Amino acid sequence: MNTATAAAQYHDAVQVARSATPELDEESTSWLRRLASAGLAERQTAERELHDRLVRIALAEIRRRSASTPVTGPELDDVAHQAAGDAMLAILAKLAEFRGESRFITWAYRFVILEVSSKLGRHYWRNPPVTLDAAQWERLPDRLGLDPHQYAEAAGILAQVRYVVDTELTEHQRRIFIAVVVDGIPLNALADKLDLQRNAIYKVVFDARRKIRRALVAKGYLDESAAGQL
Amino acid sequence: MNEREMLEQFLRTDPRDVGCSEAMAVLHVYVDLVVAGQDAADRYPGVAAHLAACGPCGDDFAGLMAAVTSEQPQA
Repeated sequence: MNTATAAAQYHDAVQVARSATPELDEESTSWLRRLASAGLAERQTAERELHDRLVRIALAEIRRRSASTPVTGPELDDVAHQAAGDAMLAILAKLAEFRGESRFITWAYRFVILEVSSKLGRHYWRNPPVTLDAAQWERLPDRLGLDPHQYAEAAGILAQVRYVVDTELTEHQRRIFIAVVVDGIPLNALADKLDLQRNAIYKVVFDARRKIRRALVAKGYLDESAAGQL
Repeated sequence: MNEREMLEQFLRTDPRDVGCSEAMAVLHVYVDLVVAGQDAADRYPGVAAHLAACGPCGDDFAGLMAAVTSEQPQA
């Protein structure tokens, strides 16, 4: 980054932050000033410091998620460093968009947490416990958290759920619902596989749940009284 | 909880739910409010509804909370 760009970026970042939050805390102001400093040495020192913290947070986050990820051993370090590097690039590119609505470091850490989340989602497909379109309907009771002794009693209403899924959802809704709910594929992993945003997957499942519920109420399997959100 | 109640709970949707994109866009603000002991759910009810319903976003929220609080001075 050249000096003029850095100075302009600093000016924008600080002005935006000050206009949004007149009482921007000292630490946040310091980060903004140093990361967009016209002085190369000061800027590089701040970037190194922030990068080190992002790596540390990424490592901690991957460890926190270790039970639900197939990534292990030295590869965890690789993912953490990749996440921190990508987060760093995004933070520097969006520095002027920081509005001072939170502490700067919280805003910065959000980038690395979301990077870790996304990267681990991609790794799911290297050794997936279930393939796309497996449609393991026999696993549905377990997915819903039913105890084995409830399976027999639940069989009738779950057969109705399957009937509604087969007959009332669109093909796209059906595929997404089965992948996420029946087969238990994580949203991030499915979003990566289908090249969709996580929000798009969530919205499809959200709409499918409403549709299924409405159908089950209409058939008398669920109570109308609890149908306030229909 | 019987099977109907569990299914009912699973199919229930909250109309205030803002979805993943909007929730993630203000996650840092939400987390700072929680850390400061303020009522983040009252200020952002749609975000609170989403974080309660969406596992991945709830996990991202937990991760950012853990990151921020790991650097808080111990009381």
